[in-house]
Amino acid sequence: MLSILRLTLQRLGLGVLVLFVVSLIIFLGVELLPGDLCQAIQGQSATESTVAACRKDLGLDQSAPTRYVHWLQGIVKGDFGKSLANGRQISELISVRLQNTFFLAIVAAVIAVPLSLTLGILAALYRNSWFDRTINVFTLSSISFPEFFVAYILILVFSVKLGWFPSLSDVSPDTPFFERLYKVFLPALTLTLVVMAHMMRMTRAAIINLMASPYIEMAKFKGLSRGRIILHHALPNAWAPIVNVVALNLAYLIVGVVIVEVVFVYPGLGQLIVDSVQKRDIPVVQACSIIFAATYVVLNLTADILSIATNPRLLHPR
Amino acid sequence: MNTNISPKVQPLDASQIPAARPSKFKLALRELWRAPLSAKFGILVVCGYIFIAIFAPWLTHYGESEIVGGPFEEWGKKFLLGTDNLGRDMFTRLLYGARNTIGIAFVTTCLAFLIGGISGILAAILGGWPDQIMSRVVDILMAIPSLIFSLLLLTIFGTSIPVLVIIIAVLDSTRVFRLARAVSLNVVVMDYVEAARLRGEGLAWITLREVLPNIMPPLVAEFGLRFCFVFLTIAALSFLGLGIQPPTADWGSMVRDNATLISYGDITPLLPAGAIALLTVGVNFIVDWFLHKTSGLKDGQ
Repeated sequence: MLSILRLTLQRLGLGVLVLFVVSLIIFLGVELLPGDLCQAIQGQSATESTVAACRKDLGLDQSAPTRYVHWLQGIVKGDFGKSLANGRQISELISVRLQNTFFLAIVAAVIAVPLSLTLGILAALYRNSWFDRTINVFTLSSISFPEFFVAYILILVFSVKLGWFPSLSDVSPDTPFFERLYKVFLPALTLTLVVMAHMMRMTRAAIINLMASPYIEMAKFKGLSRGRIILHHALPNAWAPIVNVVALNLAYLIVGVVIVEVVFVYPGLGQLIVDSVQKRDIPVVQACSIIFAATYVVLNLTADILSIATNPRLLHPR
Repeated sequence: MNTNISPKVQPLDASQIPAARPSKFKLALRELWRAPLSAKFGILVVCGYIFIAIFAPWLTHYGESEIVGGPFEEWGKKFLLGTDNLGRDMFTRLLYGARNTIGIAFVTTCLAFLIGGISGILAAILGGWPDQIMSRVVDILMAIPSLIFSLLLLTIFGTSIPVLVIIIAVLDSTRVFRLARAVSLNVVVMDYVEAARLRGEGLAWITLREVLPNIMPPLVAEFGLRFCFVFLTIAALSFLGLGIQPPTADWGSMVRDNATLISYGDITPLLPAGAIALLTVGVNFIVDWFLHKTSGLKDGQ
């Protein structure tokens, strides 16, 4: 038990370190700008005095380390500074959108994870059957499809032809829960299709890998059924790789969400970052990047820790 | 890949070669003939795309960004697949899109392999602190999701094709680095590498002549997968309006520009997206078969 705790603490420490370095990169990236932020905003029309005023306004007259410390302190308190485009508080812009994005990602995960685990186990169970082959071709293709292709096909079928679901997911903070669920169904389905393939293949591979080990053969000789062998003998040992790949794919959802939100005009963080990149609204892009990156790091960390925690071998150190 | 490491053998004239042993080319053809249907399909698709990319200007009589009609005209004789939102011929742009989108993705992937491959092999050969430094830098770069990272960098440097290529190549080279380093580590401990070192060969020789030929198969397979990934990333960025900029024809931005047609049940905007999907499926099929061949995996593994 002690070794698990020690490993977990080690990973947590490493995670904090990574988060710190990531924030440093996101901050320093902007320092790479030729000239500085103010010259970049004002472009051709910049004069000495307007640039100086702008620098003072944004606090650029201070040294970089001081600004970094201030920026980081602000983020910890939930204050990301002001948007360059409209001067509004970034935290205000972000809060509702962040909830929307998490809502979408969670709905997608709730559909995708159980579905892909079940299908993966079934594919391992009926290995090399037509079912397995169909799933194999299907997953290989869905990995190769761009997200927006999947999204537009779903819109064409479910929204335009059948008229079952709306093609625009315009939710507002006071949309009731079930209507919200109805409106995010298509984006969530798109994300599900995109992340499912990988999880399913890994589940299948992890179980098939284990099926060759001697203790499974022993279980077969005892005369147990295939289903029982997989569920009670193979699965417990397969948890580590499966849990790992699930967490990694949830991290991937964070990236996929950007494109899907743009297709469905869903008011989330992804759309905000794309809009801000177009306007070159650097503070907003920085704020969104750090949120996305932090979520990604935390999910990867969870993957790491869970695969340590679910590894039965670590429970009984020699 | 083995031709350049053949030892100094007396040249044989044709009569001395046993007739029963087929040439490399024939062996490759035979292997191809026995390939599964999916791999053949993949090869056919990739060859078709390369053909279109090279011969695009001869396959159509409209210009790449020439406005030839009204916006959103129907499919017909004059415009095979109709026109786009500005009245440019859709079919023409689809052909030129093959050239631009695939070309840029290919260049980016090559650059990523150049950076990642060489630094990966070097890290494995040198070991010690150079390895530590490179590996930690890569770890940190990989801690940020690459799409988000490229969005951030595009904001800073602005959107242009060279910037796009460099950003994506550098971000993607991290994965190549990991693979190249991992497979090279198995090779650098071999006796023949040690022998080359003792012979006093330079770093370049060991990298290119001793290690590289022996890690080619996984790298080639990875090249296919990375190409797909880069291709999809560039398409996604262009779709978001942040990748390849107009008036250059590109599949990602073509989907975006004509997306409104979908709400009228018209499938034209899906064609460029489908073209992207078809190519990546094709490449994946080939890679799948290649991995199967080189790793000697049995069915169902």
